[in-house]
Amino acid sequence: MTTSEHPPLAKKDYKSDQEVRWCPGCGDYSILNAVQGAFAKLQKQLHQTVIISGIGCSSRFPYYMETFGFHTIHGRAPAIATGVKVANPELDVWVVTGDGDAMSIGGNHFIHAMRRNVGLRILMFNNRIYGLTKGQFSPTSEQGKVTKSSPLGSVDYPFAPIALALGAGGTFVARGIDILGAHLEETIVRASGHQGTAYVEIYQNCNIFNDGAYKATTDKEVRDQRILYLQHGQPLLFGANKDRGIAFDSHFQPCLVSGPDLGKAFVWDETSESPAPAMALATMSEAEFPVPVGVFRRREKPTFEAGVVQQMAAAKARKQESLHDLLHAGEVWHVN
Amino acid sequence: MHTDPTSNAPQKGLQDLDQVVIRFAGDSGDGMQLTGDQFTRTTALMGNDIATFPDFPAEIRAPAGTVPGVSAFQLRFSSFDIHTPGDAPDVLVAMNPAALKVHLKELKKDGVLLLNTASFGALDLKKAKYDKDPRSDGTLSGWRVIEVDLEARTREALASSPLDNRGKDRCKNMYALGILYWMFHRDVAPTEKAIADKFKKKPEIVEANLLAMKAGYAYAETTEVFQTAYRVSPAPMRPGTYRNIQGNQALSLGLVAASKRANLPIFLGSYPITPASDILHQLSSYKHHGVTTFQAEDEIAAVASAIGASYSGQLGVTSTSGPGMALKAEAIGLAVMAELPLVILNVQRAGPSTGMPTKTQQADLMQAMYGRNGECPVAVLAASTPGDAFEVAYEAVRIAVKYMLPVIVLSDGYIANGSEPWLLPDVDRLPPIEVKFAPPSSDGSKFQPYQRDPATLARPWARPGTPGLMHRIGGIEKKDGTGNICYDADNHAHMVATRAKKVANIADDLPPLTTFGPRTGDVLVLGWGSPRGAITAATQRLQQQGHRISCAFLRHLNPLPKDLEALLRGFKQVVLPELNSGQLAMLLRARFLIDVQSYSQVDGQPFKSHDLEAHLTQVLAASKEVK
Repeated sequence: MTTSEHPPLAKKDYKSDQEVRWCPGCGDYSILNAVQGAFAKLQKQLHQTVIISGIGCSSRFPYYMETFGFHTIHGRAPAIATGVKVANPELDVWVVTGDGDAMSIGGNHFIHAMRRNVGLRILMFNNRIYGLTKGQFSPTSEQGKVTKSSPLGSVDYPFAPIALALGAGGTFVARGIDILGAHLEETIVRASGHQGTAYVEIYQNCNIFNDGAYKATTDKEVRDQRILYLQHGQPLLFGANKDRGIAFDSHFQPCLVSGPDLGKAFVWDETSESPAPAMALATMSEAEFPVPVGVFRRREKPTFEAGVVQQMAAAKARKQESLHDLLHAGEVWHVN
Repeated sequence: MHTDPTSNAPQKGLQDLDQVVIRFAGDSGDGMQLTGDQFTRTTALMGNDIATFPDFPAEIRAPAGTVPGVSAFQLRFSSFDIHTPGDAPDVLVAMNPAALKVHLKELKKDGVLLLNTASFGALDLKKAKYDKDPRSDGTLSGWRVIEVDLEARTREALASSPLDNRGKDRCKNMYALGILYWMFHRDVAPTEKAIADKFKKKPEIVEANLLAMKAGYAYAETTEVFQTAYRVSPAPMRPGTYRNIQGNQALSLGLVAASKRANLPIFLGSYPITPASDILHQLSSYKHHGVTTFQAEDEIAAVASAIGASYSGQLGVTSTSGPGMALKAEAIGLAVMAELPLVILNVQRAGPSTGMPTKTQQADLMQAMYGRNGECPVAVLAASTPGDAFEVAYEAVRIAVKYMLPVIVLSDGYIANGSEPWLLPDVDRLPPIEVKFAPPSSDGSKFQPYQRDPATLARPWARPGTPGLMHRIGGIEKKDGTGNICYDADNHAHMVATRAKKVANIADDLPPLTTFGPRTGDVLVLGWGSPRGAITAATQRLQQQGHRISCAFLRHLNPLPKDLEALLRGFKQVVLPELNSGQLAMLLRARFLIDVQSYSQVDGQPFKSHDLEAHLTQVLAASKEVK
């Protein structure tokens, strides 16, 4: 993407002059850092890049990036971004959203962006809480969550966002974690290279309203045992010494394997035609199994905007018509 | 058979009329809209002035033979300039007892009732809620009744057709059309061509339809039931080239014309909704004109995608009806804050909620004006006739890109589906629309997304992809100039006033109002939107009676034309007929402290010019008394 006329862009060149106003200690800072790192690695041109957000803490993101940015309304960012991308497919369009924005008020736009395979990169910061409105349970909060709006615990069952994206036909579905900066940066780089909708769920800690939501997964002491790094072509192994693994039974139920059975660990294929392995990993219990991060699914499929452009080009090639002829089409008559 | 009216069978009489109103009524599945449409095209090609009013149920096929399933199409054609599809019909074609039940009461006394007697069994009568056969209990006295068993006649005519009886019965509307073509001296050639085109791939259907039409024509010509044919001479019309047009078509064409003149591609984000869906259908067939259509997942995504397209540098448009407008309100507010051009077409229907989707109303005016949170002004325009919709769509684009703001265009079901002959504009004379995108910047300075044009207050249209223009905007309040988030009290007050002033500035461009009649007098009838035809017709008749009455019509509802107040003050009384409970009347009273009298009708139907005339006659009488 670099051109010889311009010096390469450094990470700081992607930072806007706006003061970052997230709470001190918020996971959003490390995500911002990872995105800026990924953009520098990719040498993204500032003027070709658009970041569109909805409403929520995460949706302040565009103000902190020295690109084009559009901070829109609650839940609608994927729909607005679809218009941006279809009207100018050359643009590199990113959507930054949260679990309330994308899974609740904007759930419909989220699934339809996936279904159409629009060329958007959707980064969903999942802190399993409503932060900006001060701490109500979200559609990804665990059942029984005690909050101001659920004093006796939430009754709702949560979404598994990766499973939702897979079910909606997502062609690139991945997960990262705020504090795993290098892995997150790499995942964002990979999302950027995808043709079609690239969805990255990012586990993010809200230290004010849901502090420690991912503690049981991300604490240094447990991390190796609790995080499974998905690597294309490699068996599903985890643990400091990669001595435990995940295999599937004949019903595609996951099971833990170790010792002499370690060889049965499933060899991960992120391009698998069947979504079943990815769906199995996306829906397995976090209590019993480690949390997978990395790319769940990556499939090549023509994008929505390419289809739209192609139809228009074909229509223009087939028929050329002046405005005069358009207005005079059909039956006309003359009065003298 | 004779298709040339001058060589008509000599033994029958031929009477000249200056106008005729015909209403076709039958089951939804009886092809009434197609029949009406064919009569309309033929009549337009023969040089008459014509106005139409389709009136159909929301159900695609309500239970056959029932009152809710009745679909109708009224058309009026004349040898003079007309403004409405007429009030009471001279001729009613009733295809079944239910159609008779619904429409007979409106047929003019001594009018012609062409009644299909094929379905007058006990069950048919019961479905139509007739206790007794209306043909034998005096119900039909006072009208000239022509009974024809259309099914039997059509089957007879199609004896050699390969179609089964069901297929043959479906041609009965064409048999009825043939009868009317004879009665009203119409040329059958345009319909022959249209049917041949429509069923290109089914020659047996084409043959059966045309055979049925010709048989109907011959039946009327030869049987003694029909004694007289009628002739309506062509109307004197302004010279030029005409086509027949419906409101939704005209809105679509107006947008494409503006897009071509502005060299600005159109992006339509839309979600299907009655009665606006035809705009989506039509624009989706204009890909070769660079039009992108996006059938969104919902009304909100439809407007949101259009806003995104405008942000990218195309012209974002969304089309909908009232319920969709309700859902779009928040996003329209975003376009107001982001100061992006956007055209919102609201083809109004009868509400509230789902209301009556296929019926007409003008009750979304307040929603268009104020139906958003905060102080959130947008430009509001109204189309008044199918042909006028072309100019209004064009004007909406001009305003949206010049002032960088959303423009709501109000049409309604009556304009959308009604049709009239349209004098085609000279494309080279359409007013220019200038679009300026902010140029690339390389001096390293921060781009100011809200640095305004001093005359219009419009902000620059800065397309992503343009080097040096990187900036952040959004729905959150922002500092004028920089666009950075800003909650300062003074700045917010300033921005609220600026957004309002930007809309108000549009009035600088507007031509003076034209009036039909003198600019002073006893009564001014002020209208907007589809009542225009009925108001014009009523005013014209009262002027002919010597009354000092004029009428004028508002295309721009926000902002209002600058000369409106002076015009209103030039009359003793101002009457404002609208198909709502007096919304514009209330706005004008509040704005000018003038006693604008509302004349309101909220029943899902357009005004009848005779009702208006009767009301205005009373108003005029009162105005004499106050002398």
